[in-house]
Amino acid sequence: MDNRYRKRLFVNRFNLVMSLGTMAFGMVFLFWILFVLFENGFAALSPVLFTQDTPPPGSAGGLKNAIFGSLVIVATATFISTPIGILAGIYLAEFGKAGLLAKATRFINDILLSAPSIVIGLFVYTVYVMQVQHFSGWAGSMALALIAIPVVVRTTENMLYLVPNSLREAAIALGAPMWKVILMVTLKAVRGGVITGVLLAVARISGETAPLLFTALNNQFWNSDMNTPMANLPVVIFQFAMSPFEDWKTLAWAGALLITLTVLVLNILARTVFRQASVR
Amino acid sequence: MTERATREDRRDPTPPVSHAAAGRWQDVLFESATRLFAVFVLVLLLGILVALAFAALPAMEKFGFAFFYTNVWNPVTSQFGALAPIYGTLVTSAIALLIGVPVSFGIALFLTEMCPAVLKRPLGTAVELLAAVPSIIYGMWGLFVFAPFFADYIQPALTKVFGNIWLLGPLFQGAPNGIGILSAGVILSVMVIPFISSVMRDVFEIVPPVLKESAYGIGCTTWEVVRNIVLPYTKVGVVGGIMLGLGRALGETMAVTFVIGNAYRISSSLYEPGNSIASALANEFNEASDPVHRASLIALGLVLFVLTVIVLAASRFLIASLARGEGRKT
Repeated sequence: MDNRYRKRLFVNRFNLVMSLGTMAFGMVFLFWILFVLFENGFAALSPVLFTQDTPPPGSAGGLKNAIFGSLVIVATATFISTPIGILAGIYLAEFGKAGLLAKATRFINDILLSAPSIVIGLFVYTVYVMQVQHFSGWAGSMALALIAIPVVVRTTENMLYLVPNSLREAAIALGAPMWKVILMVTLKAVRGGVITGVLLAVARISGETAPLLFTALNNQFWNSDMNTPMANLPVVIFQFAMSPFEDWKTLAWAGALLITLTVLVLNILARTVFRQASVR
Repeated sequence: MTERATREDRRDPTPPVSHAAAGRWQDVLFESATRLFAVFVLVLLLGILVALAFAALPAMEKFGFAFFYTNVWNPVTSQFGALAPIYGTLVTSAIALLIGVPVSFGIALFLTEMCPAVLKRPLGTAVELLAAVPSIIYGMWGLFVFAPFFADYIQPALTKVFGNIWLLGPLFQGAPNGIGILSAGVILSVMVIPFISSVMRDVFEIVPPVLKESAYGIGCTTWEVVRNIVLPYTKVGVVGGIMLGLGRALGETMAVTFVIGNAYRISSSLYEPGNSIASALANEFNEASDPVHRASLIALGLVLFVLTVIVLAASRFLIASLARGEGRKT
């Protein structure tokens, strides 16, 4: 009799301790990765990074062209994906609702949300790069936009559901046409949440490497023409980290630190600053 | 907008017809625009399938179905078969789930049942940050830090423990150099933890408190409540979460590319280098100048896409069916 209770108690404690252990396991990896990154990254950080282009092996240099390329490609992708994502999200939440088209789109959108990014790159390669016969910054932006759209669609739709119907009804009662109700009342009420979605999408695409390999490719020199291959941080990091040269590896760590800091800051910003604005 | 209503306006009984009409066609225009982009998302998936299938045709014409089960990859003689990368993709994902699922379950259990309320938000966010770290960072960390550590401490220990067990032994034999299928699988497991545990957390939260309270009321321990109430209630969603993790693991590219070793080989040992579909694409695609080589790589990408779409669709279906059942029960 006593033994049974003791056994149950033991099983309970053992499993709860294991659960605590798994939490610790996860945290160990997070801090291990961040520690290694900060240790190597901050050691490699210098003002030269922002003033010089990527060097040939064996000489000093920076990441100016790659940082610029990344900024331009990600910004373009954001400009393409934000309106498309928000409009599609509006359709799902305001017009489609439980209809067949909306249901199917929701399902497909959820799949695209986790689809392998390298296949998206391959897709843009086959439909654009292969047709125009050259790699380009535009192609990179397209691939990243395709990855960002599902994220924006999802958050926009979820946010619009939070708007109380009385708000819509009040606007309609005033005689506003539907598009004005949606754009100026409903969407405005959840502005913070929609911005969160866009920020999360930007965070997601700024670290993506795989889709840029076959689209934007890389460029050793300064280049501001989006219609030609463009240097960008992720691909430069990939190339430099896999190389046997020490100074290239150092630059790769510096670039890795820049990207991770950007992504983490965007994530935390999205979660803290804009979260309050959306949940009321 | 700002002009004041004059006496004439007030006397005029007709409503501003032109405005109403304009509003109506603007509404039609607006709705069509939003529908257009929704359809765009819908068609995108089909478009990817068709475009890749079309571009993969040259390889299919040359090798036929044998492409999927032959183990040869020779750009020099232009002979390609997908077995080795498919094998690598499946095995690394299996290892990732083997480690990732129990750990994610533990984390979800900790965050929903044990964690003090103050720590819930920060610890939950910390786990999610594991997903925010770009995959290329996992790759660099894996190559420069984890692989040497793995080779020095973990692999010899694994060989010692499992090396002589029948059937299991050959998996853990060979030179421990830290680069290979096993290390790729372990790093993948860390990467899928945030996805699986976040779904598990969400579904654990929807268990009606009444059920849990009555179990506690008759004297169940926390573990017994989880084992006998929470898990049976949410099992469909839990499986959905695992499928989501699998979908993520199958298509993960950069982290795997750094540590898998890029060798078209199927060996009995998990310590040996291999290749996954995604890493093969990342490593070779830009060097492939032969059209058949290129088409073969695109065919690989198509295989990967079809696999992940099936897995992710199953995952969505399972999670959604749990949410529907939830609506019916309460």
